[in-house]
Amino acid sequence: MSCLQIIGDYAFRSLGYGERLLPRSDFTLCHQVTLIGSGLIWNIYFGALALIAGFFLANAVALARASGRFWLRKPAEWFIFVFRGSPLFIQFFLFYEAFVLLPRAGFDIPLGLITLTVETDWLTRAWAGALIVLFLNTAAYSAEIFHGALQSVPRGDIEAADAYGLSGWARFRRVLWPTMLRLAWPAYTNEAIFLFHATTLVFFSGFPAFQQRGDALYYANYFADKTFNPFIPYPIVAVYFILLTLLLTWAFGRVNARLNRHLPSNIRPGIRLRAQLIR
Amino acid sequence: MFSACADPSSLDGLAWLGCYLTTGKHIDFYWSFLTVLVLLAVTAPVALAFGFGGAMAARSPVLPLRLVGKGYAAMVRGIPDIVFFLFFVIALDQGLEWMLHQARCPDWTDPIRQGLEFRVCPEAKIPSGNAAQIWHRLYGFGLAVVTFAIVFGAFAANVLYGAMQAVPKAQLETGESFGMSQRQVFHRILVPQMWVYALPGLSNLWMILIKATPLLFLLGVQDIVYWARELGGSKTSAFDYPHPDWRLYYFLGLLVFYLCMTRASEIVLGRLTQRLTRGQATLAGNARRKAA
Repeated sequence: MSCLQIIGDYAFRSLGYGERLLPRSDFTLCHQVTLIGSGLIWNIYFGALALIAGFFLANAVALARASGRFWLRKPAEWFIFVFRGSPLFIQFFLFYEAFVLLPRAGFDIPLGLITLTVETDWLTRAWAGALIVLFLNTAAYSAEIFHGALQSVPRGDIEAADAYGLSGWARFRRVLWPTMLRLAWPAYTNEAIFLFHATTLVFFSGFPAFQQRGDALYYANYFADKTFNPFIPYPIVAVYFILLTLLLTWAFGRVNARLNRHLPSNIRPGIRLRAQLIR
Repeated sequence: MFSACADPSSLDGLAWLGCYLTTGKHIDFYWSFLTVLVLLAVTAPVALAFGFGGAMAARSPVLPLRLVGKGYAAMVRGIPDIVFFLFFVIALDQGLEWMLHQARCPDWTDPIRQGLEFRVCPEAKIPSGNAAQIWHRLYGFGLAVVTFAIVFGAFAANVLYGAMQAVPKAQLETGESFGMSQRQVFHRILVPQMWVYALPGLSNLWMILIKATPLLFLLGVQDIVYWARELGGSKTSAFDYPHPDWRLYYFLGLLVFYLCMTRASEIVLGRLTQRLTRGQATLAGNARRKAA
C-alpha cells in the first residue's frame, strides 16, 4: 500500500471521512504520521475556537474584575478563581458528568402558544462540551492577564486621554484598551500556546471519542498501545506541536508588532516564551 | 466498618450516608488523597534538584553540557506536557527492563521487539513476575514520580536559569575581585541571591504541579480521579449501597479540594515572598525598607 493511498484513506479520518477502521497491524511510519496529523485537526479546532471566543469573554471579565461595583467584581473574581484554581482535567470530568445528567430528551420551554424543545444531547459530545470547557478556562486565564495589564496602564496615558477630553467609552476604546492589549500580548501569547497544548487532554478526560475520531494525542496513544513502542508516535506528536507552536508564535508576533508599531523599533518588546501557563 | 452498618438496606437518611461514606472503598478513596500529597511532597524537591542541575548545565562553559541543559529547559515549551507523561511512563519502564535484560541475560538470542511485542527475559521483568501486588503498585507510582520530576524539572530549569541570569553581574564581579573562585562565587553569591528572583516562577510552578496531580490517573495510578469515577458511577441494587450516577458530586468534591489546595498555597507563598524580599535589592525589597 503506497503512502499516497494511506494519506487518501486516513488524512480526514478524525472527521469521519475515509477508511472506517483504524489500521490494526503493519503500522508503517506513513500510517502514524498521517493519522496523528489527521487528529491535529481537532487540536486546532478546539484551540482556535476557544481562543477566539475566549478573547471576548476575557475582555468582559477583566473589565468586570476591575469594576468598582461589587456585584460586577465579585462574580468575575470567583469565575477567575474557580477556573484558574482547579485542574483543567477535573473541569473536563465535572462538566462532562454535568452534561450527562441533563435530561436526554431535552428541555421543554413553554413559550405561551408554542413549546420550544432544547436538545441537550450534543453537549456530551467532545466537539461542543469540551469546547465550552476550554472556552471558559482560557477566558479565565486570559482575563487575569488582561486585568493585570489593565492595572499597569501608565497613569500618564490616562492623564493624556483626560487632557484630550476623552472620557468613558471613547477613552477606553482609544487609550486604555489598546495599551492593555499591548502590555498583555506577550503573556497572552503564552496563554494561547498552552491552550493549544491543553487541547490534548480532551479525549483523555471523560469525553468519548465518537467512532474513534480523536485528536493527535489520542491516535498517538492508540499506536503506542498497539505497537507497545512509544518511541515513534510520541515524537511525531511532538514535532507536530513544535510546528504548531512556531506558527502561533509567528502569528502572535505579527500582531505584537502591529500593537507596538508606534514605538521606536529599539524599545519594542518582543515575545519571549515563558513556560508559565499550563493547567 | 461500624456494627450499625451491618445491614445497609435497613438504614436511611443520615445514618445511611454515614455508613455509605465509611465503606472500605471510601476509606481507600480517602487514602488516595494521601497519594496525591505524597506525590507532591516527593516530586517538588526532586524536580527542583533536576531543574537546578539543568540550569547549571545550561550555564556551563562546556558546549555539549550547555546544549543538553538548554535543550532540557526548552523541551516543555513547544510540546504538551501530557505527551511527556504518556511517553516517559512507557519509555522508562522499557528502558529499565532493557538494561536489566542486557545485564542479566547476555545469551538471550531472540530479538526484544518481536513484531508488536516487547519481550525481555523473565529475569529482567520489573517487578519480577511473582512479586506481590503491592510491588507492582509501588513500581507504577515510582515511575509516575520520576516522570513528574523529569517534566517539572524542565519547567524548574527554565525558572532557575532565568533567576541565575537575573542576579546582577556586578555582584558576581565583586566576588571575583575579592579573590573567590568560580565555585565560591556560585555558592556564596549567586545561589543565595537567586531565590528571590526565582520565587515568582517557582510559586507558579508549585501551583501548576498541584493542578497536574490528577494526571496521575492517566499514568495508571489509582488516584483520586480513579476512585471518584469508580465510586460515583451508578450502583444497581446488587450493591450494598445502591445509588444513581453521583460522579458529578464526587468531582465537585475534588474541585473543592483543589481550590482549597491552591488557595492555601497562594496564601503561604505570599507570606514567603514577603519574608524573602526583606533586605533584597529589588523593587519589593525597597518598598519594604521604606515602609519600615
